[in-house]
Amino acid sequence: MQNGESGVLNQFQQGDVAAFETLFHQHQRAVYGWILRITRNPAAAEDLTIEAFWRISNAHARFEPGRGFEGWARRIATRAALDWLRARRTESELSTEMLAEVAAPVEADPAVTAEIRRKTAMAFSRLPPKLRIAATLAVIEEQPQKDVAAALGISIAAVKLRIFRALRLLRKDLEKQGITP
Amino acid sequence: MNEDNQDRMKRLLQQAVPPVNGNSEPRRDLWPAMLRRMDAQPAARALTGWAWFDGALAFGLLGLAAFFPASIPLLLYYL
Repeated sequence: MQNGESGVLNQFQQGDVAAFETLFHQHQRAVYGWILRITRNPAAAEDLTIEAFWRISNAHARFEPGRGFEGWARRIATRAALDWLRARRTESELSTEMLAEVAAPVEADPAVTAEIRRKTAMAFSRLPPKLRIAATLAVIEEQPQKDVAAALGISIAAVKLRIFRALRLLRKDLEKQGITP
Repeated sequence: MNEDNQDRMKRLLQQAVPPVNGNSEPRRDLWPAMLRRMDAQPAARALTGWAWFDGALAFGLLGLAAFFPASIPLLLYYL
């Protein structure tokens, strides 16, 4: 099985389309799920999954089979999702998506009113994409910081710094609106 | 911002923006769309390549005609 897997990876690295199809079917769900965590928009996540695999297919010659496919694919997918976040500026669209049907049910804290939650989501959508993506993956989605660092191509210390800056900016934004978290 | 504040902000953020359902998957198989993308892109590239080449050729011919008007009958002969 191991030989079969490494065979597929080697074939993909050499530009074999059948090997690419095999990898696509093995990883499309994981890549889609990862992108959905960032974009919170199922339609965009589907398009970006295709975009990510398109970039993966174009970069096959740079792929190193010994380092595994998943992490490499996740990094490319993260970059595609970040490009998408940067291209979008309309905060209302983002906030609507954040509260959309893709979210898992969460037990609401009675001390936090719906209005505060809405304003927090809006303020979060106004953060710079680089900070937002780190906070989304590490704080909201509770992904391990080492995975977030690998996906963003930065160190764990840099992830922690981005989370800190994201939360500080969020707090300042809320304070301006008269909300003291 | 101290650690307590940071934890409070994290909890507030988690309340405001709930995590995505971990079992989410695409609503359809994306491979057919991937194939369409792979088919379309080389064609688009080829098209772009030819458009660029055509433009350069036309530009070159116009330059030749402008600087050497005597070449116009020759160019017209070969068109």
